[in-house]
Amino acid sequence: MTDVSLRAVPLVPNPVQIEDLTLLEEVASRTAGVSRLEMCIQCGTCGGSCPSAAIMDHTPRMLFAMLRAGMREEALKSNTYWMCVSCYHCVVRCPQNVHIADVMYTLKSMAIQAKLYQDSTAPDFSKTFVEMVEEFGRSFEIGLASIHYLKHFPLRLANMTPMGMGMLSKKRMSLLPKRIKNMDQLNAILKRAKELEAVQ
Amino acid sequence: MNDYLLYPGCSMETSARAYYDSLKAISKPIGLNLNEIEDWNCCGATEYLGISLTPAYALIARNLALAANASNGKQDLVAPCSACYLNLAKADHYMREQPKLGKMVNEALAAGGLSYKPGSLEVRHLLDVIVYDIGLETIEKNVVRPLTGLRVAPYLGCMVPRPDYENRWSDHEYPIELDVLLKALGADVIDYPLKTECCGGHMTQIGPETAFELIRRLIATADEHEADTMVTVCPMCQLNLDAYQGETNHFFGTNYHMPILFFTQLMGLAFGIEPKDLGFGLELVSARNVLDSLGVKAPPETPPAPPKRPRKQEGLPRPKPLSKGPKVDELEKEVAQ
Repeated sequence: MTDVSLRAVPLVPNPVQIEDLTLLEEVASRTAGVSRLEMCIQCGTCGGSCPSAAIMDHTPRMLFAMLRAGMREEALKSNTYWMCVSCYHCVVRCPQNVHIADVMYTLKSMAIQAKLYQDSTAPDFSKTFVEMVEEFGRSFEIGLASIHYLKHFPLRLANMTPMGMGMLSKKRMSLLPKRIKNMDQLNAILKRAKELEAVQ
Repeated sequence: MNDYLLYPGCSMETSARAYYDSLKAISKPIGLNLNEIEDWNCCGATEYLGISLTPAYALIARNLALAANASNGKQDLVAPCSACYLNLAKADHYMREQPKLGKMVNEALAAGGLSYKPGSLEVRHLLDVIVYDIGLETIEKNVVRPLTGLRVAPYLGCMVPRPDYENRWSDHEYPIELDVLLKALGADVIDYPLKTECCGGHMTQIGPETAFELIRRLIATADEHEADTMVTVCPMCQLNLDAYQGETNHFFGTNYHMPILFFTQLMGLAFGIEPKDLGFGLELVSARNVLDSLGVKAPPETPPAPPKRPRKQEGLPRPKPLSKGPKVDELEKEVAQ
């Protein structure tokens, strides 16, 4: 008779885990281009190249292992991809050519959709930026900055006054937003794109 | 003349006006003809990509569609901003790599009466065009005021040399294009080890302490190499290093004063163009030292705004100060005795 006690890990994982093993595929399919996420060999070159690694909950390597293990909630709660600065050091160094930076964008959008992010600073900044672009077709720095800083960094405003005044007096920030001429066309395109995204 | 389509991007009209002004000023002498795309929109920076995939790529692709219509397959599309350059190149590349994305984006574009066939445009960064199409020979011919003795730190940041879908650059982490261009202008180019490290990107907005450390590292290293100025190719890098230098100094208790200029501004200086036509004076960390070292007269500083309420010349009445008259002298004598 086989000694059952030697099997510390059950051979058949529970059904919940099996279901979530599609997480890796889901992330890959929602990423632009061919992500090659499943090719990760866990070498850790990404984390070692990352200027933000020190403040990340998990290095990119750990995060990819979590995706593979189907740890959906933990992965989407991680601050890792919100701290990504899109410097692409990891992307050009990855021996497996995983599109790491693009995977980070995908995880951001998934975390926003599942409302699982822990700190709203970065998601709010992205959302406000996008709202401005959808309103005017152009970015609008002073509108974005005032909404964002008042909500998330009110104490920084005092230190930033000289900078803000300098930017305004040198006309490097415009008080009025600039709107593109064919805003109707852009709105129609974005509306259709959102419909297509929703049925994905 | 070399004809190109230009996608300026939002910051060229606001925070990076000096880049746009200097680009316009140097274009003619080097035979660079840039035609701005009609009614272009924001590229979405790094923010839209993190919200929703298809809308983000449709936003970028509207610009590609407008550009392709204007180009007729004859002109390359040039972007001076790193983030714009990467987004345009990325959309073109991924729509090719993943036909499903190309199909979705084109379905969205169709709602606005547009379409874009991936691969029909060459997307290039301004530095690439100047170094490889215009060429160093043309640049050298235009130099009338060599930047002799000016120590410059060439700084490219991330998104120009990386991820480099079309293999346009000499290296992903240590490219030499900006170095050779600045050398052609006669500048003393330092071998700047952090030339493609991150400027902090949007971290100045979402995690300032991380951003300040990245900014400090870049400026401190340029300072250790005794650079007179850092030279950038990207509006975001310039904004982070220039506008947040004060806050970074405040955070670390340092006192760095490192002017951050665009490479086109130095080209203009070497071509003998007046500093005021090159956007000098728009930087927050003054670059007067650069102009002084070359013996160029700086444009007049913008006069400080007059105070709202003129201050009273005299304050409240106060007692007259004691004057040493003869009486005081006598008193002092008496005390001495």
